[in-house]
Amino acid sequence: MSETKTPEAAKDEPNIRIVEDATCTFCGCVCDDMELTVDLDANRITKAKNACVLGRAWFLQHGIEDHPQAMIDGQEVPLEEAMDEAARILHEAKFPITYGLSDSPCEAQRVAVAINDLVRGNIDTTTSVCHGPSGIAFQGVGESTSTLGEVKNRADLVIYWGGNPAESHPRHFTRYTVTPKGRYIPNGKKDRHVVLIDVRKTPSAPVADQLIRVKPGRDFELLWALRALVRGRDVHPEIEKITGVSREVLDELVERMKNCNFGVLFFGMGLTMTRGRHFNSGALLALATDLNKYTHFVAKPVRGHGNVTGADNVVSWQTGYPFGVNFHRGYPRFNPGEYTTVDLLARGDADAALMIATDPASNFPKRAIEHLKRIPVISLDAKPTYTSRQARVAFMVATYGINTGGTVYRMDDVPITLRPAFDSPFPTDEEILTGILTRLKKLRANGSRKAA
Amino acid sequence: MAENSAELRIKGGKVYDPTNGVDGEVRDVLVRDGRIVDKVSEKARTLNVHGMVVMPGGIDIHCHIAGPKVNLSRKLQPEDHRLDVHPGTDVTRSGVGGVTPSTFATGYRYAMLGYTTAFDAAVPPLAARHVIEEFHDTPVIDKGFYVLLGNNMFLYDLLKQGRKQDFKDAIAWWVTAARAASVKLVNAGSDEFWKGRRNENVTDVNEKIDPFDLTPLHATAAFIEAVDELNMPHPAHIHCNNLGHSGNVQTTLDTMRAAEGHRAHIAHIQFHSYAGELGKRVQTGSEAIIDYVNTHENITTDIGMVMFGKATAMTADAPLTWMLRFKDTKWINADTECESGCGVMPFSYQDTNYTHTMQWAIGLELFLLSQDPWRVMFSTDHPNGASFRTYPRLIRLLMDRGFRDEMMKQVNQKAISNSLLPQLDREYSLYEIAIITRAAPARALGLANKGHLGVGADADITIYTDDENRERMFNAPRYVIKAGKALIEDHEFVDDHIGRFLHTEPAYDPTIEDQIRPFFDDYYSIQFNNYRVDASYLHDHEVIPLRNSGNKKKGHQ
Repeated sequence: MSETKTPEAAKDEPNIRIVEDATCTFCGCVCDDMELTVDLDANRITKAKNACVLGRAWFLQHGIEDHPQAMIDGQEVPLEEAMDEAARILHEAKFPITYGLSDSPCEAQRVAVAINDLVRGNIDTTTSVCHGPSGIAFQGVGESTSTLGEVKNRADLVIYWGGNPAESHPRHFTRYTVTPKGRYIPNGKKDRHVVLIDVRKTPSAPVADQLIRVKPGRDFELLWALRALVRGRDVHPEIEKITGVSREVLDELVERMKNCNFGVLFFGMGLTMTRGRHFNSGALLALATDLNKYTHFVAKPVRGHGNVTGADNVVSWQTGYPFGVNFHRGYPRFNPGEYTTVDLLARGDADAALMIATDPASNFPKRAIEHLKRIPVISLDAKPTYTSRQARVAFMVATYGINTGGTVYRMDDVPITLRPAFDSPFPTDEEILTGILTRLKKLRANGSRKAA
Repeated sequence: MAENSAELRIKGGKVYDPTNGVDGEVRDVLVRDGRIVDKVSEKARTLNVHGMVVMPGGIDIHCHIAGPKVNLSRKLQPEDHRLDVHPGTDVTRSGVGGVTPSTFATGYRYAMLGYTTAFDAAVPPLAARHVIEEFHDTPVIDKGFYVLLGNNMFLYDLLKQGRKQDFKDAIAWWVTAARAASVKLVNAGSDEFWKGRRNENVTDVNEKIDPFDLTPLHATAAFIEAVDELNMPHPAHIHCNNLGHSGNVQTTLDTMRAAEGHRAHIAHIQFHSYAGELGKRVQTGSEAIIDYVNTHENITTDIGMVMFGKATAMTADAPLTWMLRFKDTKWINADTECESGCGVMPFSYQDTNYTHTMQWAIGLELFLLSQDPWRVMFSTDHPNGASFRTYPRLIRLLMDRGFRDEMMKQVNQKAISNSLLPQLDREYSLYEIAIITRAAPARALGLANKGHLGVGADADITIYTDDENRERMFNAPRYVIKAGKALIEDHEFVDDHIGRFLHTEPAYDPTIEDQIRPFFDDYYSIQFNNYRVDASYLHDHEVIPLRNSGNKKKGHQ
């Protein structure tokens, strides 16, 4: 970094920087082996070596937009003024809520929880609309699990249930679970048996040695039948009619699971967001645990957003609960269905909302969106969204992993430090949230403490 | 005259400062800029503590308070939190309690017992960053951790190949990379049995660990020697093999003998002091164990006491939690690639139960038979033996024979009659309590500025109202002063404090990285360059100097 180029030289040569071992935060795989070629003059990444098709789009299409840092009611305002207004809204609200967080680094997530502790708000993450049921199931069953490297090193049986990683997490197979050679899997894919369980044949099917098609909405029945067979109990004589899977296939799968050396069950939203929800996740986690009576068996939800796992961790360590947490009584309470954002908005409960790196106005149910339109919204996002366009206060922030550092947690809870590629004119989530928190503390100290 | 808040005169208390030989003498303790000093100005604030007991802040040498296993336990037990909420105040954050409290509640609740420093005993290096992040949200206490290396595949490969110097360098590299305070071994060799041999476990310290051509005892001895030779401030911190099994006395003795000639710390030794036959009823083995400890100066230990009530089994010893599991209790297993295993399971110790009562009794026996409080320290292996919130009750059990007798009447009588407890009359003094909860852990950890109140020490001070009921006394310090700042006054929080991160930096040959890097490329799932915890995570930290190394202590704000 000590080398200084003359202006003449800089004109001729493009100002290029190579970032090795950068991390892609596009999905929960959080691959940290990116080699980014950055054109510092154009503020663009021109090459993302090792990235998958999704990662390439994430890096290569990222540019610095010509957009105000902060707006109030769609009009550009100085950053300070926007932070003042955001703090005022949260301070005066009786039931402020915060949602999103899964595309922010942990450092920002920590401040977001602190804000809610102070204003006695409600904090929830996108977990509540993806693997929330897995979090609930976890509380009831526990989980036998492992980091992805252990799967790479040891797993000779890999089962995916209700997920299509070939399209959602393209490098899951190639970097972590199927193709890589591991310590005890010297021949990679040849040493593993891969099973895909889904309602349809997806683009992930070619990777699998075996596709088992379950009738839509019958995952729980299939899982429960497997649990019974693993324990040597009998199942309904018409199990094939119920689940779409023959007894022979079930028996063979059970034998395979009991006799592998190290088995793993990955599961996706095809399991958690269909009929049965946390019962499905619970049944799957229980199946994996049961199998430990015979061999080593683990399970793992395949998480979507780049740092949704970090959000689960941060909210858990600060409050004891992973998502759907309410501070109204001055301490954290957890009740999914009550303190989860979709439910809360649909009921018309909140009177102010802080939306961090999320776009509920585009993807929430209609009734929830309608309520969101009635209340003041503060949004932080790296791109303009439906939510930011409707927001009372909108902050444009730097993109994590590309323009900012910080910590993210991979889907298997492994924390990784980000290496930013180039600077952004926009502030970070953490800076904005810290600015709001500081102002809130001042407002409280000034005596205008709101009645709880 | 305006008071200078950076200066404090703690006036007229009964001071217990064993490091400096002070046993209840009435004297003033003076504080300036976060340190104990010998002189303060006229403007110093005066705290009148006549009749009160003044001690250095407590130091927990072995607990589990941060990182993935603790966070999994928090997530696992919402029922535990709901029963025990922790409201915030104008100066403190809110949280939840239970056996594994949220980070903020953990820090505040330690402070509410007069503890100002704690060490997490089991952190896989891959999770070090997570632990340090949680530490930033764990207020009041200073904290550090021991890094789990006792099942590290790369290190086992080096041992198998007989590369002793590389082994030592790699240990030092790992401690530095993870920012640890020492090395932890847990059930050495067991990972390969558990993950690689369909959930088996080590049963004999002399059996071969399959791919490595080593025994658990060889591995343990090699680690003990290397950590000692690296002059680490705290020696290898060892969770022996066969924890919890009847008859494990032999394993524990074998392990301690393997340490001969080197410093070693045996963790939660209560769980390793069981006589009797494997698979049969546990009998007390405390005499054999404590006799060895009493006569071998190279050994330090913490007891890992059991107290009745809710606990949580939380350990890198995954097969242990599987063994404890009954009636399909919710259970967590979490494998960390190439490094460690982990098991978490809610657990309750019941006073009607023979085994649980025996475990409770053995913890007390070991303390009552100990001849050197400087080497036999206080712990419950929180939350394994009990929550840290039981410390005041356990302290009272050590100090109060009458209270012990009362309690003995209420628990499983078969176990009591098989134990040595009824014959033991000893009562710990306040001076001895100050040793086992303060001065000794500081010494064992190499913390020259902690655990005492001499000039230059960190001004971490606890002031208790003297009370014959020692449980009540230790449950509610009147004042807690951390780094010279009064945080608790008249039992209430008046200020907040983040606390400092403590770690050590043993020297190594940097070319060892060339050996480690290819292993990462082959067997880890993250890049070598992204593994090491960088300095941005350290914030307010302190490097614990190596022994006899003459290192200047580095502090950064």
